[in-house]
Amino acid sequence: MKFTTTLLAGTALTVAGAAFADEMTIVSWGGAYSKSQLKAYHEPYSAKTGVTIINDDSSAEAVAKLRAMNEAGNVTWDVVDVVASDAIRLCDEGLAMEIDADTQLAPAPDGTPASEDFGELRVSDCFIPQIVYSITFGYRTDLVGDKAPTDICAVFDLKAYPGKRSLEKRPINNMEWALLCDGVAKGDVYDVLATAEGQDRALAKLDTIKDSVVWWSAGADTPQLLADGEVIMGSTYNGRLFSVIEEQKQPVAMLWDAQVFDLDGWIIPAGLSEERKQRALDYIYFATDTQRLADQAKYISYGPARKSSAPLVGKHADLGIDMAPHMPTDPNNAKNTFLYNYEFWADYRDDIDAKFQAWLAK
Amino acid sequence: MSDATQNGPMLAADGTPLKRSLARSLRNQKLRALALISPLLIFVLLSFIFPIASMLFRSVENEIVGNVLPQSKVQLEAWDGQSDVPAPLYRAMYYDMFAAAEAKRHTRLGTRLNYEVSGMSSLFRQSGRKLDKPGKDLLKDFKKLDAAWAKGGAIYALMAGDPADARDTALAATKRAEISAMVGETIPASFDFAPSARVSAMLPATADAFMAYAAFEGGIDGKNLAKGKPWETVFVALAEDLQTADATGYNGPHADLLAQAIAAKDSIAAPDYGAIFAKIDKDWAKASTWQTIKTHSPTFTNGYFLNAIDMRRTAEGAAWQPEDKQILLTLFGRTLIMSLIITGSCILLGYPVAYILANLPMRTSNLLMILVLLPFWTSLLVRTSAWKVMLQQQGVINDVLVWLGLVADEARLVMINNELGTIIAMTHILLPFMILPMYSVMQTIPPSYVRAAKSLGATNWTTFWRVYFPQSVPGIGAGSILVFILAIGYYITPEIVGGTKGVFISNRIAYHISSSLNWGLAAALGTILLAVVLILYWAYDKIVGIDNVKLG
Repeated sequence: MKFTTTLLAGTALTVAGAAFADEMTIVSWGGAYSKSQLKAYHEPYSAKTGVTIINDDSSAEAVAKLRAMNEAGNVTWDVVDVVASDAIRLCDEGLAMEIDADTQLAPAPDGTPASEDFGELRVSDCFIPQIVYSITFGYRTDLVGDKAPTDICAVFDLKAYPGKRSLEKRPINNMEWALLCDGVAKGDVYDVLATAEGQDRALAKLDTIKDSVVWWSAGADTPQLLADGEVIMGSTYNGRLFSVIEEQKQPVAMLWDAQVFDLDGWIIPAGLSEERKQRALDYIYFATDTQRLADQAKYISYGPARKSSAPLVGKHADLGIDMAPHMPTDPNNAKNTFLYNYEFWADYRDDIDAKFQAWLAK
Repeated sequence: MSDATQNGPMLAADGTPLKRSLARSLRNQKLRALALISPLLIFVLLSFIFPIASMLFRSVENEIVGNVLPQSKVQLEAWDGQSDVPAPLYRAMYYDMFAAAEAKRHTRLGTRLNYEVSGMSSLFRQSGRKLDKPGKDLLKDFKKLDAAWAKGGAIYALMAGDPADARDTALAATKRAEISAMVGETIPASFDFAPSARVSAMLPATADAFMAYAAFEGGIDGKNLAKGKPWETVFVALAEDLQTADATGYNGPHADLLAQAIAAKDSIAAPDYGAIFAKIDKDWAKASTWQTIKTHSPTFTNGYFLNAIDMRRTAEGAAWQPEDKQILLTLFGRTLIMSLIITGSCILLGYPVAYILANLPMRTSNLLMILVLLPFWTSLLVRTSAWKVMLQQQGVINDVLVWLGLVADEARLVMINNELGTIIAMTHILLPFMILPMYSVMQTIPPSYVRAAKSLGATNWTTFWRVYFPQSVPGIGAGSILVFILAIGYYITPEIVGGTKGVFISNRIAYHISSSLNWGLAAALGTILLAVVLILYWAYDKIVGIDNVKLG
């Protein structure tokens, strides 16, 4: 008993010690993405303030872990990088704190308040967007024949483009693409998808290519499948395709049609001590200003979320190529984009996912 | 005992009866032993028993509805669910929802109910934003009567009444309990506001609404009530109270304001709570929305377990999920069957290896043993990904087969992203768990038995089947139990190589833990899985006998 008490007391001391030391834990996705944040945000911030930043690559389970930490009453994270839909859920559950853009975030260099600079990308009061990314298709230039696909419906066209394609093993995006290619107008997709008939219709369309689909669950899958020639086209994050094309020089090209825009950004967990909260806010103020967001684009091909950052996007730090044409937000790439409806998926995700999984298992 | 009474008790050296002395020393010994294992015992309790118990509990626990909507829950229980939604239910829901929205708990409840019916999540989120409107409109009416109503502290002074008044402590205690259950925090004892009993009797709804505001803003957030502006609900409640209130003879603070408002009660509309909800969202006008909340309002629910076996809880009792949503029973069945196949293939592959290991000279067998153990030292993810490289259509095995001309280039074999991929990869990963117990059992089989059988004229096969094999069965049993139980809960390998037809129930559990956050359902699925393993273990014990299992 005594031994355990000592042990518990020891643990408590360590935890308390960590909280008061001059360091903060920032949670992100790991890999090239964390590296871009390290270069663009963490290193300059540490140099400026002397705060040590600890990286934790747990963003994929951020919502579940934050909920567990909240239940246990011991939140060990200071700033967390999550996708917009997760930020909305964290805000809904009261697990993230609300942030007032105009008083707690840096204004644009010309004085435009942050709320205007981020505009409608601030989809939740708890969320400070960092980047715009998109989920889109890449294809093997040498395997698609002489007619390169320019239309999203090429994915569903087995006659013109025989071979395997990789799609994410979840209904989000796939259902929308299926309906678009089944003749539903872009503006009606979510109305149709809200009905049982619409869901059946989308699944029926996916059924036409089901035997030719490899389903992925990790972002690295499609790049690997494309590089091995296992599939001729596949969906993934545009930044992953960028590295396959420009860094690994694989015979792969982008299909920007009906790319689905999504957002990634910061939240600050609710329930931090006053001191940690202030430091987290200070970090956020620094890391989401116009220049910092533009800097990140030097290391990874995701578009900065501030309007004022776009003109500052320069060349890739190592490759020296111009980054603007590789941004999902570039006018040439964004001719036909599809907007992800967060509210719809917050409501229908569980229901449609059950149907989707049942359909997959059939 | 009879011996002792007849012959007198036998005494120990210190004069106590021997029996008692022995019992005492035995007890001391036991206590000492317990003290020695207590760190381990506490560790096991904390890290194993307690989490499992809390998981079991989560699968039936459903306190959230009662915590977030305490008054509505009472009204929901009184409602039969068939007739029109009664007015008191609308009323209770309005005040409950408002408090929940202030504490940001309504969205949690929305998420919970969204597991049952799509659309509840946004219904609750959006309703939370629109609940201030009726109160704001009423405040304008009050302001027209007298600007003093809008001042921070006016309502507080009215509710606090004369300092000499008796306090309505019963109301204060109820509201404190409700708010602290909803937020999950206790209100400090230093917060001691309670409305004046006189005012509370005169304006019951207002006192109720104000106390809820006071308990949250003052008790939880620690704000100064004397200066703050009360929630909009207070004005809605006040408008309701004005219709029946009688303030004659009341002389406390703001008695004039109140008298003036009562006199002008015709210009202030009494709230119609049903209309408020109908205006917020058309879904609130549907009885089905209220039925959903009613169905899922008990503190303990079988809903998660029903969901876990492709059923659902409805107003009429348990019903099957629509056919296109039934998936979990299929996955349970698949998990069991594939785990059995994996166990079977581990036996087939492992037995000869273990036999060779056990019968080779020590030096060679040690070398081979390292080969068996090698995969143990490699990351699970690396091994699984390696199988991907081997098995995919442009992978090593297919390339070799095409090069040999055994398979046409267009007809490359599909060996991954299906059941086969999962079976191959998992058999490989779990094989050491089969070989090691078999090996240690086979090592103990004396070679003289085999020699004796042969010298008595048995053929090689008879010797093996009648003499050697029966003695090695305990090893097979131990290996099979290990492999099967490990396989049934496997997650990462099926996720990577399983495609659509090779995933297990644990992949759904992981989805519900980390993506959909439906922890209740995940707990129910986990509990069922645990029960299945225990039943199989019990069956194994009955059929084979657990004494026949040896790890060495």
